[in-house]
Amino acid sequence: MALLSRKERNLVLDPLTDDNPITIQVLGICSALAITAELRASVVMAISVLAVMAVGNVVISLMRNIMPGKIRIIVQLIVVATLVILVDLILKAFAFELSKQLSVFIGLIITNCIIMGRFEAFALGNNPWHSFLDGIGNAGGYGIILVIVGFFRELLGSGTLFGYKVLGDSIEKTGLYALGYENNGFMVLSPMALIVIGIIIWVQRTRNKELIED
Amino acid sequence: MEHLELFFKSIFVDNMIFATFLGMCSYLAVSKRVATAVGLGFAVVFVLAVTVPLNWLLDQYLLKSGALEWLGPEYASYDLSFLSFILFIATIATMVQLVEIVVEKFSPALYNSLGIFLPLIAVNCAILGGSLFMQSREIASIGLALNYGVSSGIGWLLAIVAIAAIREKIRYSNVPPALRGLGITFIICGLMAIGFQSFGGMLTGGGDAAAAEVDPAQMGSQIEMIEQENTEKAVEEATSVSKSVSTLTKK
Repeated sequence: MALLSRKERNLVLDPLTDDNPITIQVLGICSALAITAELRASVVMAISVLAVMAVGNVVISLMRNIMPGKIRIIVQLIVVATLVILVDLILKAFAFELSKQLSVFIGLIITNCIIMGRFEAFALGNNPWHSFLDGIGNAGGYGIILVIVGFFRELLGSGTLFGYKVLGDSIEKTGLYALGYENNGFMVLSPMALIVIGIIIWVQRTRNKELIED
Repeated sequence: MEHLELFFKSIFVDNMIFATFLGMCSYLAVSKRVATAVGLGFAVVFVLAVTVPLNWLLDQYLLKSGALEWLGPEYASYDLSFLSFILFIATIATMVQLVEIVVEKFSPALYNSLGIFLPLIAVNCAILGGSLFMQSREIASIGLALNYGVSSGIGWLLAIVAIAAIREKIRYSNVPPALRGLGITFIICGLMAIGFQSFGGMLTGGGDAAAAEVDPAQMGSQIEMIEQENTEKAVEEATSVSKSVSTLTKK
């Protein structure tokens, strides 16, 4: 990263841990909870949000000087909606099964608080290059949490990762299942995502005492 | 009858917060008191009640495949559903702006107490989620769409008020420092969501609903397993039958 200055490096790296959009800024929680039952879905969602955020941030930043203040929410919504329609069509074309599974949650990227939040907080006041980096950083932070939650939920809930059986076959009782291990069916249900994120927040704030609120 | 069923199903079984987690972001970041939660909840009920039927009309007469038939028979093959996102969000933003103007004119006190929340409702996942679920579940009539909007809103209101009440109470509890605030709220919401799962058997009496609550991905793999077992059994039976037939014919 020699071509990025210190400030630019911080733009990308801070949201990955210290300023994480999900656990610190409390944004983007909806989709993080609902679709993380499978690791593959989490990864696809993270990539979709990355694409929308990076391009959206640049577009809004390019328009920031010519947009009248009163209609800026509408303009932002239209930009995001257009990008999400594109992402949705690409997913339907290249990964139809997955798009069926993600169904409405791709559409809900439009109202994903991270995207609108970063438009308002950053893209409206900074140049396109910095906005692009900020978009990548925040989408990266969101993606990390999604992948961690999806990893634990799929591994403990179905014994698979990306669909590949890693703990043995639960029906044939090979591998770990031969020792009597059973899948924790609870992990596949949506409430466990909330509890896993709660634990992630716990770990994060124990490691970094400054983040503790009173 | 199906109105009643949809009403209770949307409040308890498909609760917007505990089943699909829509609308949590803005709520978690700003509301810690029951009074604000109630105000926000009612605003969401109202906006959902207005936008879901409107979007149903849009979907029915403009967006669905074959919807444009009323313009003329040559338009019957058009499918504009890819424009759903942009049109739904446009109606929602417009309706919220209208609601804001009306509330400011007729009840300035309410307008002041809601403050920034009212415009924020436009980007609340729950509102767009209501319209998108209405579309994906193919709600059949405008009456049902209104019913769905109101009942989803009431479910959201119920969940928000419950979470706010618990957050008020735990201010006096001995929570570990690293879990205070956001962490414990997440864990409590998770426990409440598990509790709401118990409503899964409410309307169909048990068996079917329990199966319906399972994650579709796992459901798919379970179906595959069952199909595999069935085909294996069928093949075994077929071979045993053909063996017995061949022994009989030999005799």
